[in-house]
Amino acid sequence: MKRTVPLIIAIVAGFVLLIANFIPFAESWGLTAQEWFNILAVGAMILGGGNLLKLHLMKVSGQRKGWGYSVVTIVCFIATLIIGMFKMGVNPNPLTPDYAWSGYYLESGSGLWWIYQHMVVPLTSMMFAMLAFYVATAAFRAFRAKNTEATLLLITAGVVLLGRTYAGVWLFEGWLPESMQWLRFDNLTVWIMEIPNTGGTRAITIGIALGVVATSLRILLGVDRSYLGQD
Amino acid sequence: MRKRIPFITAVFATLALANVATAQAPAPPSDLSVQDTPDDSGKSVDLQWSLSNTDIFNPLLADVTLVDPSTIVATYSVERITTLDANGKEVDGEDSQWRVITEAGAGDSSFVDRTVELGWTYNYRICAIDNQGDASNWVEATTTVVPEMQMFDSSKAWLAIFMLVFGGFVAYFINEARSGKTLWVRKIAGLEAIDEAVGRATEMGRPVLFVTGIQDINEIQTLAGLTVLSRVAKTAAEYGAQIEVPTCRSLVMAAARETVESAYLAAGAPDAYQPDKIHYLTDEQFAFVAGVTGYMVREEPAACIYMGGFYAESLILAETGNFIGAIQVAGTAMPSQLPFFVASCDYTLIGEEFFAASAYLSGDPLQIGSLKGQDYGKFFSVLILVIGLFFATTVSLTQSTESAGFGSGALGYINNNMLGSEGLGSFGGGNTDTEGDDS
Repeated sequence: MKRTVPLIIAIVAGFVLLIANFIPFAESWGLTAQEWFNILAVGAMILGGGNLLKLHLMKVSGQRKGWGYSVVTIVCFIATLIIGMFKMGVNPNPLTPDYAWSGYYLESGSGLWWIYQHMVVPLTSMMFAMLAFYVATAAFRAFRAKNTEATLLLITAGVVLLGRTYAGVWLFEGWLPESMQWLRFDNLTVWIMEIPNTGGTRAITIGIALGVVATSLRILLGVDRSYLGQD
Repeated sequence: MRKRIPFITAVFATLALANVATAQAPAPPSDLSVQDTPDDSGKSVDLQWSLSNTDIFNPLLADVTLVDPSTIVATYSVERITTLDANGKEVDGEDSQWRVITEAGAGDSSFVDRTVELGWTYNYRICAIDNQGDASNWVEATTTVVPEMQMFDSSKAWLAIFMLVFGGFVAYFINEARSGKTLWVRKIAGLEAIDEAVGRATEMGRPVLFVTGIQDINEIQTLAGLTVLSRVAKTAAEYGAQIEVPTCRSLVMAAARETVESAYLAAGAPDAYQPDKIHYLTDEQFAFVAGVTGYMVREEPAACIYMGGFYAESLILAETGNFIGAIQVAGTAMPSQLPFFVASCDYTLIGEEFFAASAYLSGDPLQIGSLKGQDYGKFFSVLILVIGLFFATTVSLTQSTESAGFGSGALGYINNNMLGSEGLGSFGGGNTDTEGDDS
């Protein structure tokens, strides 16, 4: 029963939405399903928040390794929740000045806005900036000319890298004959990106699309139930 | 004679004023056509018109500088009148009068009225208005329009045919497998490595980290990731390894807990299941990455498995895993993230391999039958691709001499009808634009 009901819901909802895609009368059903999902997701947020608090409180009370970080997490979580829920620093909406909580929750200068602008945005940017270094280390490993394929990859990457900068033009300035201008790195880059790269990406995309359809059919036909915890 | 002079003066003055008034008004738009929006639920009407001759965005104007600046069109005012309701009765009240529906900007030559009722009868008119507020004459549509609902969206006819053909292949091979026919599936190295990775973690006494991506449970990639998690959890339970599943969405956490609990139960080790190991971190993309990489650096899991939808965080996760020396297996259907996983992980499931994982790992003949059907679907797609390539090449080579031949028609049909949104249509009819439809 624990798995039969979710399975029936998945199958019925899946087939109805699939058919609705071809029937104009039912075109709004997808939106209705999305609204239901959003309602469920909001409910689940409480579940997630509760789980987060529980785990970190357990860690603090047991003084397990790294419990100090858990204190920071709990304090930040509760502070953000209170500041956001009570709209601290948010002025009432000018159209409805009598209602104290009618203002926009992310109003410039408000508490939540400050947290977002001065804490979330810089921290997120920092994580994103780290990508540059990770790209360098990954490229260093991937582009080592260990075999023919890796050597080809290295050459292609070198051409594209130079072709994306002014060096791609500067290196060939003045000496390359007009008939061989296609050899310039910037021109080769355009060709690599438009022909082999697009072809490869499309091949993968077609495979993905068919995989999505096949997986969906397996789920809709009830053949694949492993996502419900059953092999 | 003296009596006539004021009369003639008055006539000339009137004519002059009328002339000035006409000169100051913008030229009206023309050819207003209205039609029921095709393939919809009868809730909209399509309007089209030709731009005014004093609209500077009109591509037919030879020289924009010749347009009198005082008559340049600023907006088009579109009005509607309702004549009959769905029962064929005359409408009274506000709807029975002309009322403004929209003010389209200069250069706009179409509008979709989404405020109509199914089965009611409408008429439309349009005029151009310049910056001084002077309006041109009204141009009325030659016909009235009645929005109707279509039972089938014919623009998706080819999509329906493809789905039926593909679904037919899958259903046929599932049936073949059910009747006992043995179906062969090639080895997928990434999936074979999962047992090896979990075994290594067990030997080293370190946990196995499983990340289901950062998408929610309504995404197919997350579901595919959960099916792999089921197998990984079962193997971990059998080996006695610890599994850690941080999630980016609360609903995924709930589903992952069910999956892992069932896997432990199936492996005969329900007591070893620890629900707190499957936990929610945050919905925020990079905060989630910070949490997961922090865990990786502190606990140093021996195996890191990434299965699901990933974005920019893929490389941060995989490089951190590489840094701690974990054996890494990844699978995603995000083409832009695949190179990062390939560069940093030991094994990567590329696109369709990731979706085949569930069937492959289960070994269930019915699921493997669906893989066979998927292969035939791929063959069918490649066949259409080759036919399209043939016609595209033929048209390209013969364009100068035979631009409107059979090849051009076939290519146009593939582009606009089979891959576009013109439905079944008729071969050689309609738009044969070989550039195709982006959709």
